[in-house]
Amino acid sequence: MDNALLRFLQYLGNQVTRRIWRLGFASRFFLAIFLQSGTAFRRLNLTLREIYFTGVLSLIIILVSGLFVGMVLGLQGYDTLQRYGSTEALGILVALSLVRELGPVVAALLFASRAGSAITAEIGLMKATEQLSAMEMMAVDPIARVVAPRFWGGVVSMPLLAALFSAMGIFGGYLVGVQLIGVDEGSFWSQMQASVDFRQDILNGVIKSFVFGIIVSWVAVFEGYDADPTAEGVSGATTRTVVTSSLAILAADFILTAFMFRGA
Amino acid sequence: MPQESLVEIRNLNFSYDSRPILSGINMTIPRGKVVAVMGSSGCGKTTTLRLIGGQLKPTSGEVRVGGQVVHQLDASKLYALRRRMGMLFQFGALFTDMSVYDNIAFQMREHTDLPETMIRDLVLMKLHAVGLRGAHNLMPSELSGGMARRVALARAIALDPMLIMYDEPFAGLDPISLSIVGELIRKLNDALGASSIVVTHDVHESLKIVDYVYFVSEGKIVAEGTAEEMKNSTAPYVHQFVWGEADGPVPFHYPSRTTYGEELLEREVKRG
Repeated sequence: MDNALLRFLQYLGNQVTRRIWRLGFASRFFLAIFLQSGTAFRRLNLTLREIYFTGVLSLIIILVSGLFVGMVLGLQGYDTLQRYGSTEALGILVALSLVRELGPVVAALLFASRAGSAITAEIGLMKATEQLSAMEMMAVDPIARVVAPRFWGGVVSMPLLAALFSAMGIFGGYLVGVQLIGVDEGSFWSQMQASVDFRQDILNGVIKSFVFGIIVSWVAVFEGYDADPTAEGVSGATTRTVVTSSLAILAADFILTAFMFRGA
Repeated sequence: MPQESLVEIRNLNFSYDSRPILSGINMTIPRGKVVAVMGSSGCGKTTTLRLIGGQLKPTSGEVRVGGQVVHQLDASKLYALRRRMGMLFQFGALFTDMSVYDNIAFQMREHTDLPETMIRDLVLMKLHAVGLRGAHNLMPSELSGGMARRVALARAIALDPMLIMYDEPFAGLDPISLSIVGELIRKLNDALGASSIVVTHDVHESLKIVDYVYFVSEGKIVAEGTAEEMKNSTAPYVHQFVWGEADGPVPFHYPSRTTYGEELLEREVKRG
Protein backbone atom coordinates (compact mmCIF):
# COMPACT_ATOMS: atom_id res chain seq x y z
CA MET A 1 0.00 0.00 0.00
CA ASP A 2 2.83 2.34 0.98
CA ASN A 3 4.67 1.41 -2.19
CA ALA A 4 1.63 2.13 -4.33
CA LEU A 5 1.22 5.53 -2.69
CA LEU A 6 4.90 6.29 -3.16
CA ARG A 7 4.69 5.31 -6.84
CA PHE A 8 1.61 7.49 -7.27
CA LEU A 9 3.36 10.46 -5.65
CA GLN A 10 6.44 9.89 -7.80
CA TYR A 11 4.25 9.76 -10.90
CA LEU A 12 2.43 12.91 -9.85
CA GLY A 13 5.68 14.76 -9.12
CA ASN A 14 7.15 13.62 -12.42
CA GLN A 15 4.10 14.81 -14.36
CA VAL A 16 4.07 18.21 -12.64
CA THR A 17 7.82 18.73 -13.13
CA ARG A 18 7.57 17.69 -16.77
CA ARG A 19 4.72 20.12 -17.46
CA ILE A 20 6.46 23.03 -15.71
CA TRP A 21 9.65 22.29 -17.64
CA ARG A 22 7.67 22.19 -20.90
CA LEU A 23 5.95 25.46 -20.10
CA GLY A 24 9.36 27.02 -19.49
CA PHE A 25 10.61 25.65 -22.82
CA ALA A 26 7.51 26.98 -24.59
CA SER A 27 8.10 30.43 -23.05
CA ARG A 28 11.73 30.48 -24.15
CA PHE A 29 10.58 29.35 -27.59
CA PHE A 30 8.08 32.23 -27.69
CA LEU A 31 10.87 34.67 -26.87
CA ALA A 32 13.11 33.10 -29.52
CA ILE A 33 10.37 33.62 -32.15
CA PHE A 34 10.30 37.35 -31.34
CA LEU A 35 14.08 37.61 -31.40
CA GLN A 36 14.28 35.75 -34.72
CA SER A 37 11.39 37.55 -36.41
CA GLY A 38 13.64 39.83 -38.47
CA THR A 39 13.66 37.45 -41.43
CA ALA A 40 9.84 37.15 -41.37
CA PHE A 41 9.51 40.94 -41.72
CA ARG A 42 12.51 41.57 -43.98
CA ARG A 43 11.48 38.89 -46.44
CA LEU A 44 7.79 39.61 -46.42
CA ASN A 45 7.06 37.05 -49.14
CA LEU A 46 7.76 34.26 -46.59
CA THR A 47 5.08 35.61 -44.24
CA LEU A 48 2.66 36.40 -47.10
CA ARG A 49 2.94 32.80 -48.23
CA GLU A 50 1.95 31.64 -44.75
CA ILE A 51 -0.94 34.12 -44.64
CA TYR A 52 -2.14 32.49 -47.84
CA PHE A 53 -1.86 28.96 -46.41
CA THR A 54 -3.31 29.70 -42.98
CA GLY A 55 -5.65 32.58 -43.82
CA VAL A 56 -6.85 32.35 -47.40
CA LEU A 57 -7.19 28.57 -47.36
CA SER A 58 -9.25 28.78 -44.14
CA LEU A 59 -11.75 31.14 -45.77
CA ILE A 60 -14.26 28.51 -46.85
CA ILE A 61 -14.70 26.97 -43.40
CA ILE A 62 -14.78 30.41 -41.73
CA LEU A 63 -17.30 31.95 -44.14
CA VAL A 64 -19.64 28.97 -44.23
CA SER A 65 -19.52 28.54 -40.44
CA GLY A 66 -20.08 32.26 -39.94
CA LEU A 67 -23.13 32.17 -42.21
CA PHE A 68 -24.71 29.26 -40.34
CA VAL A 69 -23.91 30.63 -36.89
CA GLY A 70 -25.53 33.94 -37.92
CA MET A 71 -28.58 32.13 -39.29
CA VAL A 72 -28.99 30.18 -36.06
CA LEU A 73 -28.59 33.40 -34.05
CA GLY A 74 -31.32 34.94 -36.22
CA LEU A 75 -33.72 32.09 -35.48
CA GLN A 76 -32.94 31.79 -31.77
CA GLY A 77 -32.83 35.57 -31.28
CA TYR A 78 -36.17 36.09 -32.98
CA ASP A 79 -37.74 33.31 -30.91
CA THR A 80 -36.58 34.93 -27.65
CA LEU A 81 -37.18 38.58 -28.60
CA GLN A 82 -40.73 38.05 -29.84
CA ARG A 83 -41.73 37.00 -26.30
CA TYR A 84 -40.88 40.54 -25.20
CA GLY A 85 -42.23 42.20 -28.32
CA SER A 86 -38.86 43.56 -29.32
CA THR A 87 -38.04 41.70 -32.51
CA GLU A 88 -36.70 44.91 -34.06
CA ALA A 89 -33.70 44.52 -31.72
CA LEU A 90 -32.68 41.36 -33.59
CA GLY A 91 -29.95 43.25 -35.44
CA ILE A 92 -28.34 44.35 -32.17
CA LEU A 93 -28.48 40.86 -30.69
CA VAL A 94 -26.92 39.23 -33.75
CA ALA A 95 -24.24 41.90 -34.17
CA LEU A 96 -23.20 42.14 -30.51
CA SER A 97 -23.12 38.37 -30.06
CA LEU A 98 -20.90 38.06 -33.09
CA VAL A 99 -18.46 40.96 -32.77
CA ARG A 100 -18.00 40.62 -29.01
CA GLU A 101 -17.93 36.84 -28.55
CA LEU A 102 -18.85 34.37 -31.23
CA GLY A 103 -16.83 35.95 -34.03
CA PRO A 104 -13.45 35.92 -32.26
CA VAL A 105 -14.04 32.70 -30.28
CA VAL A 106 -15.62 30.43 -32.89
CA ALA A 107 -13.32 31.70 -35.64
CA ALA A 108 -10.32 31.01 -33.36
CA LEU A 109 -11.57 27.50 -32.55
CA LEU A 110 -12.05 26.80 -36.26
CA PHE A 111 -8.67 28.36 -37.03
CA ALA A 112 -7.01 26.09 -34.43
CA SER A 113 -8.60 23.00 -36.01
CA ARG A 114 -7.98 23.97 -39.62
CA ALA A 115 -4.74 25.98 -39.70
CA GLY A 116 -3.17 25.27 -36.28
CA SER A 117 -3.21 21.52 -36.78
CA ALA A 118 -1.82 21.93 -40.31
CA ILE A 119 1.07 24.10 -39.05
CA THR A 120 1.92 21.56 -36.32
CA ALA A 121 1.78 18.64 -38.73
CA GLU A 122 3.95 20.44 -41.28
CA ILE A 123 6.66 21.48 -38.82
CA GLY A 124 6.49 18.10 -37.05
CA LEU A 125 6.96 16.25 -40.34
CA MET A 126 9.80 18.58 -41.32
CA LYS A 127 11.45 17.59 -38.05
CA ALA A 128 10.73 13.86 -38.54
CA THR A 129 12.20 13.91 -42.06
CA GLU A 130 15.28 15.86 -40.84
CA GLN A 131 14.43 18.93 -42.92
CA LEU A 132 14.92 21.17 -39.88
CA SER A 133 18.27 19.53 -39.12
CA ALA A 134 19.27 19.95 -42.75
CA MET A 135 18.40 23.62 -42.55
CA GLU A 136 20.50 24.03 -39.40
CA MET A 137 23.42 22.33 -41.11
CA MET A 138 23.04 24.79 -43.99
CA ALA A 139 23.55 27.58 -41.46
CA VAL A 140 19.91 28.68 -41.69
CA ASP A 141 18.04 29.05 -38.41
CA PRO A 142 14.75 27.05 -38.64
CA ILE A 143 13.11 29.35 -36.07
CA ALA A 144 13.79 32.37 -38.29
CA ARG A 145 13.08 30.66 -41.62
CA VAL A 146 10.26 28.21 -40.81
CA VAL A 147 8.71 29.03 -37.44
CA ALA A 148 8.55 32.86 -37.33
CA PRO A 149 6.83 33.32 -40.73
CA ARG A 150 4.20 30.73 -39.79
CA PHE A 151 3.68 32.36 -36.40
CA TRP A 152 3.21 35.86 -37.85
CA GLY A 153 1.12 34.49 -40.71
CA GLY A 154 -1.29 33.07 -38.12
CA VAL A 155 -1.26 36.23 -35.98
CA VAL A 156 -2.13 38.41 -38.98
CA SER A 157 -4.72 36.02 -40.42
CA MET A 158 -6.72 35.48 -37.24
CA PRO A 159 -8.28 38.99 -36.76
CA LEU A 160 -9.09 39.15 -40.49
CA LEU A 161 -10.80 35.76 -40.37
CA ALA A 162 -12.72 36.73 -37.21
CA ALA A 163 -13.90 39.94 -38.89
CA LEU A 164 -15.06 38.00 -41.95
CA PHE A 165 -16.77 35.44 -39.68
CA SER A 166 -18.69 38.22 -37.93
CA ALA A 167 -19.61 39.95 -41.19
CA MET A 168 -20.85 36.70 -42.68
CA GLY A 169 -22.73 35.92 -39.44
CA ILE A 170 -24.51 39.28 -39.55
CA PHE A 171 -25.44 38.57 -43.15
CA GLY A 172 -26.78 35.15 -42.06
CA GLY A 173 -28.83 36.81 -39.30
CA TYR A 174 -30.18 39.28 -41.86
CA LEU A 175 -31.15 36.49 -44.28
CA VAL A 176 -33.11 34.62 -41.63
CA GLY A 177 -34.45 37.56 -39.63
CA VAL A 178 -35.33 39.97 -42.42
CA GLN A 179 -35.68 37.92 -45.58
CA LEU A 180 -37.16 34.73 -44.13
CA ILE A 181 -39.09 35.79 -41.02
CA GLY A 182 -39.93 39.33 -42.05
CA VAL A 183 -38.36 41.54 -39.35
CA ASP A 184 -38.33 45.17 -40.49
CA GLU A 185 -35.15 45.76 -42.49
CA GLY A 186 -34.79 49.39 -41.43
CA SER A 187 -35.01 48.54 -37.72
CA PHE A 188 -32.59 45.66 -38.16
CA TRP A 189 -29.81 47.80 -39.61
CA SER A 190 -30.49 51.13 -37.87
CA GLN A 191 -30.67 49.67 -34.35
CA MET A 192 -27.52 47.71 -35.03
CA GLN A 193 -25.75 50.87 -36.23
CA ALA A 194 -26.95 52.86 -33.23
CA SER A 195 -26.06 50.30 -30.57
CA VAL A 196 -22.79 48.75 -31.69
CA ASP A 197 -19.95 50.88 -30.35
CA PHE A 198 -16.73 50.92 -32.35
CA ARG A 199 -14.31 51.00 -29.39
CA GLN A 200 -16.28 49.03 -26.83
CA ASP A 201 -17.53 46.29 -29.13
CA ILE A 202 -15.65 46.11 -32.41
CA LEU A 203 -12.17 47.09 -31.23
CA ASN A 204 -12.38 44.79 -28.21
CA GLY A 205 -13.44 41.98 -30.52
CA VAL A 206 -10.44 42.68 -32.73
CA ILE A 207 -8.13 42.69 -29.69
CA LYS A 208 -9.59 39.35 -28.62
CA SER A 209 -9.04 37.78 -32.02
CA PHE A 210 -5.49 39.15 -32.11
CA VAL A 211 -4.74 37.53 -28.72
CA PHE A 212 -6.34 34.28 -29.88
CA GLY A 213 -4.20 34.45 -33.03
CA ILE A 214 -1.07 34.66 -30.86
CA ILE A 215 -2.24 31.75 -28.69
CA VAL A 216 -3.13 29.42 -31.57
CA SER A 217 -0.02 30.24 -33.60
CA TRP A 218 2.28 29.88 -30.60
CA VAL A 219 0.81 26.54 -29.57
CA ALA A 220 0.84 25.27 -33.17
CA VAL A 221 4.46 26.13 -33.96
CA PHE A 222 5.68 24.98 -30.54
CA GLU A 223 3.92 21.62 -30.69
CA GLY A 224 5.30 21.03 -34.19
CA TYR A 225 8.83 22.00 -33.19
CA ASP A 226 8.71 19.92 -30.00
CA ALA A 227 7.02 16.87 -31.58
CA ASP A 228 8.69 13.48 -31.30
CA PRO A 229 10.11 12.81 -34.77
CA THR A 230 7.85 9.81 -35.43
CA ALA A 231 4.43 9.31 -37.04
CA GLU A 232 2.96 8.78 -33.57
CA GLY A 233 4.73 11.86 -32.22
CA VAL A 234 3.41 14.12 -34.99
CA SER A 235 -0.10 12.73 -34.59
CA GLY A 236 0.01 13.38 -30.82
CA ALA A 237 1.36 16.89 -31.34
CA THR A 238 -1.43 17.72 -33.80
CA THR A 239 -4.05 16.56 -31.31
CA ARG A 240 -2.39 18.55 -28.51
CA THR A 241 -2.44 21.68 -30.67
CA VAL A 242 -6.21 21.52 -31.11
CA VAL A 243 -6.94 20.60 -27.48
CA THR A 244 -4.48 23.03 -25.84
CA SER A 245 -5.26 25.99 -28.06
CA SER A 246 -9.04 25.45 -27.76
CA LEU A 247 -8.87 25.39 -23.95
CA ALA A 248 -6.47 28.36 -23.91
CA ILE A 249 -8.81 30.34 -26.21
CA LEU A 250 -11.80 29.75 -23.93
CA ALA A 251 -9.81 30.60 -20.78
CA ALA A 252 -8.33 33.73 -22.37
CA ASP A 253 -11.78 34.74 -23.59
CA PHE A 254 -13.11 34.67 -20.04
CA ILE A 255 -10.22 36.77 -18.74
CA LEU A 256 -10.40 39.29 -21.61
CA THR A 257 -14.18 39.57 -21.31
CA ALA A 258 -13.89 40.19 -17.57
CA PHE A 259 -11.53 43.10 -18.22
CA MET A 260 -13.20 44.53 -21.35
CA PHE A 261 -16.90 44.43 -20.63
CA ARG A 262 -17.22 44.79 -16.86
CA GLY A 263 -20.16 47.06 -16.14
CA ALA A 264 -20.60 47.82 -19.84
CA MET B 1 47.62 9.30 -41.42
CA PRO B 2 50.39 11.89 -41.76
CA GLN B 3 48.66 14.34 -44.20
CA GLU B 4 47.39 17.76 -43.13
CA SER B 5 44.10 17.21 -41.36
CA LEU B 6 40.83 19.11 -41.75
CA VAL B 7 38.98 17.46 -38.86
CA GLU B 8 40.62 16.36 -35.63
CA ILE B 9 38.64 14.51 -32.97
CA ARG B 10 40.39 14.08 -29.65
CA ASN B 11 39.24 12.03 -26.63
CA LEU B 12 35.63 12.63 -27.57
CA ASN B 13 33.02 11.46 -25.08
CA PHE B 14 29.31 11.95 -25.43
CA SER B 15 26.38 10.80 -23.28
CA TYR B 16 22.61 11.15 -23.59
CA ASP B 17 21.43 11.79 -20.03
CA SER B 18 23.76 9.37 -18.26
CA ARG B 19 23.88 6.78 -21.08
CA PRO B 20 27.32 6.82 -22.75
CA ILE B 21 27.16 6.91 -26.58
CA LEU B 22 30.77 7.68 -27.49
CA SER B 23 33.80 6.92 -25.33
CA GLY B 24 37.28 8.23 -26.03
CA ILE B 25 36.96 8.64 -29.81
CA ASN B 26 40.05 9.83 -31.69
CA MET B 27 39.85 10.42 -35.44
CA THR B 28 41.68 12.40 -38.07
CA ILE B 29 40.13 13.37 -41.41
CA PRO B 30 42.89 14.52 -43.79
CA ARG B 31 42.24 17.15 -46.46
CA GLY B 32 41.19 15.74 -49.82
CA LYS B 33 40.43 12.25 -48.49
CA VAL B 34 37.27 10.19 -48.17
CA VAL B 35 37.02 8.55 -44.75
CA ALA B 36 34.39 6.01 -43.74
CA VAL B 37 33.03 5.55 -40.24
CA MET B 38 31.51 2.09 -40.06
CA GLY B 39 29.68 0.15 -37.43
CA SER B 40 26.37 -1.49 -36.70
CA SER B 41 23.19 0.50 -36.15
CA GLY B 42 23.14 2.51 -32.93
CA CYS B 43 26.91 2.41 -32.37
CA GLY B 44 27.24 6.21 -32.39
CA LYS B 45 28.19 6.94 -36.02
CA THR B 46 25.50 9.55 -36.68
CA THR B 47 26.17 11.11 -33.26
CA THR B 48 29.79 11.59 -34.37
CA LEU B 49 28.59 13.50 -37.47
CA ARG B 50 26.29 15.68 -35.36
CA LEU B 51 29.17 16.50 -33.03
CA ILE B 52 31.34 17.49 -36.00
CA GLY B 53 28.51 19.69 -37.33
CA GLY B 54 28.00 21.28 -33.90
CA GLN B 55 24.41 20.04 -33.55
CA LEU B 56 25.45 18.31 -30.32
CA LYS B 57 27.98 19.32 -27.68
CA PRO B 58 30.48 16.74 -26.39
CA THR B 59 30.44 15.67 -22.74
CA SER B 60 34.22 15.94 -22.85
CA GLY B 61 36.96 16.07 -25.47
CA GLU B 62 36.85 18.19 -28.60
CA VAL B 63 36.20 18.27 -32.32
CA ARG B 64 38.34 20.65 -34.37
CA VAL B 65 37.31 21.59 -37.89
CA GLY B 66 39.76 23.73 -39.80
CA GLY B 67 41.54 24.45 -36.50
CA GLN B 68 38.40 25.69 -34.70
CA VAL B 69 37.01 23.86 -31.68
CA VAL B 70 33.40 23.37 -32.79
CA HIS B 71 31.64 23.32 -29.41
CA GLN B 72 33.34 26.55 -28.29
CA LEU B 73 32.06 28.59 -31.24
CA ASP B 74 29.25 31.08 -30.71
CA ALA B 75 26.15 30.85 -32.93
CA SER B 76 27.40 33.22 -35.66
CA LYS B 77 30.84 31.56 -35.92
CA LEU B 78 29.23 28.12 -35.92
CA TYR B 79 26.93 29.16 -38.76
CA ALA B 80 29.93 30.62 -40.62
CA LEU B 81 31.68 27.26 -40.26
CA ARG B 82 28.58 25.35 -41.38
CA ARG B 83 28.46 27.37 -44.59
CA ARG B 84 31.69 25.59 -45.49
CA MET B 85 30.22 22.18 -44.72
CA GLY B 86 27.76 20.09 -46.69
CA MET B 87 25.72 17.27 -45.29
CA LEU B 88 23.73 14.55 -46.95
CA PHE B 89 21.09 13.12 -44.62
CA GLN B 90 20.02 9.50 -44.53
CA PHE B 91 16.91 9.91 -46.68
CA GLY B 92 17.92 13.16 -48.37
CA ALA B 93 15.89 15.52 -46.16
CA LEU B 94 14.88 17.52 -49.23
CA PHE B 95 12.48 20.39 -48.55
CA THR B 96 9.22 18.86 -49.67
CA ASP B 97 7.52 22.19 -50.42
CA MET B 98 10.24 23.20 -52.90
CA SER B 99 11.14 21.90 -56.35
CA VAL B 100 14.49 20.21 -57.02
CA TYR B 101 15.75 23.53 -58.43
CA ASP B 102 14.70 25.52 -55.37
CA ASN B 103 16.19 22.95 -53.01
CA ILE B 104 19.60 23.42 -54.58
CA ALA B 105 19.23 27.19 -54.90
CA PHE B 106 18.18 27.42 -51.22
CA GLN B 107 21.61 28.02 -49.70
CA MET B 108 22.71 30.30 -52.55
CA ARG B 109 19.67 32.51 -52.00
CA GLU B 110 20.08 32.44 -48.20
CA HIS B 111 23.80 33.14 -48.03
CA THR B 112 24.80 35.00 -51.17
CA ASP B 113 23.68 38.06 -53.14
CA LEU B 114 24.17 36.33 -56.47
CA PRO B 115 21.77 37.37 -59.23
CA GLU B 116 19.09 34.84 -60.14
CA THR B 117 20.67 34.24 -63.58
CA MET B 118 23.93 33.16 -61.97
CA ILE B 119 22.10 31.03 -59.39
CA ARG B 120 20.35 29.30 -62.29
CA ASP B 121 23.67 28.50 -63.98
CA LEU B 122 25.13 27.18 -60.73
CA VAL B 123 22.07 25.07 -59.88
CA LEU B 124 22.02 23.48 -63.33
CA MET B 125 25.77 22.87 -63.09
CA LYS B 126 25.36 21.07 -59.75
CA LEU B 127 22.45 19.06 -61.10
CA HIS B 128 24.43 18.19 -64.21
CA ALA B 129 27.22 16.88 -61.97
CA VAL B 130 24.82 14.36 -60.42
CA GLY B 131 23.14 13.59 -63.75
CA LEU B 132 19.79 15.20 -62.97
CA ARG B 133 19.81 18.47 -64.91
CA GLY B 134 16.62 17.37 -66.67
CA ALA B 135 14.83 16.86 -63.35
CA HIS B 136 15.14 20.43 -62.07
CA ASN B 137 11.40 21.12 -62.32
CA LEU B 138 10.31 18.02 -60.42
CA MET B 139 9.08 18.05 -56.83
CA PRO B 140 10.75 15.75 -54.25
CA SER B 141 7.62 13.55 -54.17
CA GLU B 142 8.17 12.78 -57.86
CA LEU B 143 11.71 11.44 -57.33
CA SER B 144 12.81 7.85 -56.72
CA GLY B 145 14.93 7.12 -53.63
CA GLY B 146 18.15 7.13 -55.68
CA MET B 147 17.26 10.39 -57.45
CA ALA B 148 16.36 12.07 -54.14
CA ARG B 149 19.75 11.06 -52.75
CA ARG B 150 21.50 12.53 -55.81
CA VAL B 151 19.54 15.78 -55.51
CA ALA B 152 20.47 15.93 -51.83
CA LEU B 153 24.08 15.38 -52.87
CA ALA B 154 23.85 18.28 -55.33
CA ARG B 155 22.37 20.42 -52.55
CA ALA B 156 25.15 19.41 -50.15
CA ILE B 157 27.78 20.69 -52.60
CA ALA B 158 25.82 23.84 -53.53
CA LEU B 159 28.34 26.20 -51.95
CA ASP B 160 31.45 24.13 -52.76
CA PRO B 161 32.07 23.01 -49.16
CA MET B 162 35.47 22.06 -47.73
CA LEU B 163 33.90 19.17 -45.80
CA ILE B 164 31.07 16.92 -46.95
CA MET B 165 29.40 14.59 -44.46
CA TYR B 166 27.26 11.65 -45.58
CA ASP B 167 24.86 9.97 -43.16
CA GLU B 168 24.09 6.48 -44.50
CA PRO B 169 24.16 7.56 -48.17
CA PHE B 170 23.57 4.00 -49.40
CA ALA B 171 20.60 3.08 -47.19
CA GLY B 172 17.65 1.68 -49.12
CA LEU B 173 19.09 2.11 -52.61
CA ASP B 174 18.89 -0.37 -55.48
CA PRO B 175 22.26 -1.70 -56.81
CA ILE B 176 22.40 0.77 -59.73
CA SER B 177 21.63 3.83 -57.58
CA LEU B 178 24.03 2.52 -54.95
CA SER B 179 26.86 2.34 -57.41
CA ILE B 180 26.02 5.79 -58.88
CA VAL B 181 25.94 7.45 -55.44
CA GLY B 182 29.20 5.71 -54.47
CA GLU B 183 30.97 6.96 -57.59
CA LEU B 184 29.57 10.46 -57.16
CA ILE B 185 30.87 10.68 -53.58
CA ARG B 186 34.39 9.90 -54.78
CA LYS B 187 34.29 12.03 -57.93
CA LEU B 188 32.76 15.10 -56.29
CA ASN B 189 35.21 14.93 -53.40
CA ASP B 190 38.15 14.87 -55.82
CA ALA B 191 36.70 17.51 -58.15
CA LEU B 192 35.98 19.95 -55.31
CA GLY B 193 39.20 19.19 -53.43
CA ALA B 194 37.04 18.63 -50.37
CA SER B 195 37.23 16.08 -47.56
CA SER B 196 34.42 13.61 -46.99
CA ILE B 197 33.19 11.59 -44.05
CA VAL B 198 30.91 8.70 -44.97
CA VAL B 199 28.96 7.16 -42.12
CA THR B 200 27.69 3.80 -43.33
CA HIS B 201 27.25 0.13 -42.66
CA ASP B 202 27.41 -0.76 -46.35
CA VAL B 203 30.82 -2.42 -46.41
CA HIS B 204 31.24 -3.42 -50.03
CA GLU B 205 30.18 -0.17 -51.66
CA SER B 206 32.08 2.04 -49.25
CA LEU B 207 35.32 0.05 -49.28
CA LYS B 208 35.44 0.62 -53.06
CA ILE B 209 35.57 4.41 -52.70
CA VAL B 210 37.13 5.37 -49.37
CA ASP B 211 40.75 6.03 -48.44
CA TYR B 212 40.55 5.17 -44.78
CA VAL B 213 38.11 3.43 -42.45
CA TYR B 214 37.27 3.68 -38.76
CA PHE B 215 35.22 0.87 -37.24
CA VAL B 216 33.08 1.92 -34.29
CA SER B 217 31.44 -0.50 -31.90
CA GLU B 218 29.56 0.44 -28.74
CA GLY B 219 30.89 3.99 -28.94
CA LYS B 220 34.57 3.05 -29.27
CA ILE B 221 36.90 2.76 -32.23
CA VAL B 222 37.74 -0.92 -32.47
CA ALA B 223 39.75 -0.89 -35.71
CA GLU B 224 41.08 1.50 -38.31
CA GLY B 225 43.10 1.33 -41.51
CA THR B 226 42.94 1.58 -45.27
CA ALA B 227 40.17 -0.17 -47.18
CA GLU B 228 42.59 -2.93 -48.23
CA GLU B 229 43.78 -3.46 -44.66
CA MET B 230 40.19 -3.76 -43.47
CA LYS B 231 39.30 -6.30 -46.17
CA ASN B 232 42.21 -8.47 -45.08
CA SER B 233 41.82 -7.84 -41.36
CA THR B 234 41.69 -10.82 -39.04
CA ALA B 235 40.37 -8.76 -36.12
CA PRO B 236 37.21 -10.64 -35.05
CA TYR B 237 34.84 -7.63 -35.14
CA VAL B 238 36.10 -6.36 -38.50
CA HIS B 239 36.04 -9.84 -39.99
CA GLN B 240 32.45 -10.41 -38.82
CA PHE B 241 31.35 -7.01 -40.13
CA VAL B 242 33.14 -7.15 -43.50
CA TRP B 243 32.02 -10.69 -44.27
CA GLY B 244 28.56 -10.30 -42.76
CA GLU B 245 28.81 -13.24 -40.35
CA ALA B 246 25.70 -13.79 -38.22
CA ASP B 247 27.57 -14.62 -35.01
CA GLY B 248 30.82 -13.39 -33.50
CA PRO B 249 31.84 -10.50 -31.27
CA VAL B 250 28.39 -9.09 -32.08
CA PRO B 251 26.33 -12.06 -30.82
CA PHE B 252 23.35 -13.53 -32.69
CA HIS B 253 21.46 -14.14 -29.43
CA TYR B 254 20.21 -11.28 -27.30
CA PRO B 255 21.79 -11.77 -23.83
CA SER B 256 19.69 -13.83 -21.42
CA ARG B 257 20.22 -14.57 -17.72
CA THR B 258 19.51 -18.29 -18.23
CA THR B 259 20.62 -20.74 -20.89
CA TYR B 260 18.08 -22.34 -23.24
CA GLY B 261 18.73 -25.70 -21.55
CA GLU B 262 17.98 -24.25 -18.12
CA GLU B 263 14.71 -22.77 -19.40
CA LEU B 264 13.62 -26.11 -20.89
CA LEU B 265 14.50 -27.88 -17.67
CA GLU B 266 12.53 -25.35 -15.63
CA ARG B 267 9.49 -25.93 -17.87
CA GLU B 268 9.74 -29.71 -17.41
CA VAL B 269 9.97 -29.29 -13.62
CA LYS B 270 6.82 -27.15 -13.62
CA ARG B 271 4.95 -29.71 -15.73
CA GLY B 272 6.12 -32.61 -13.52
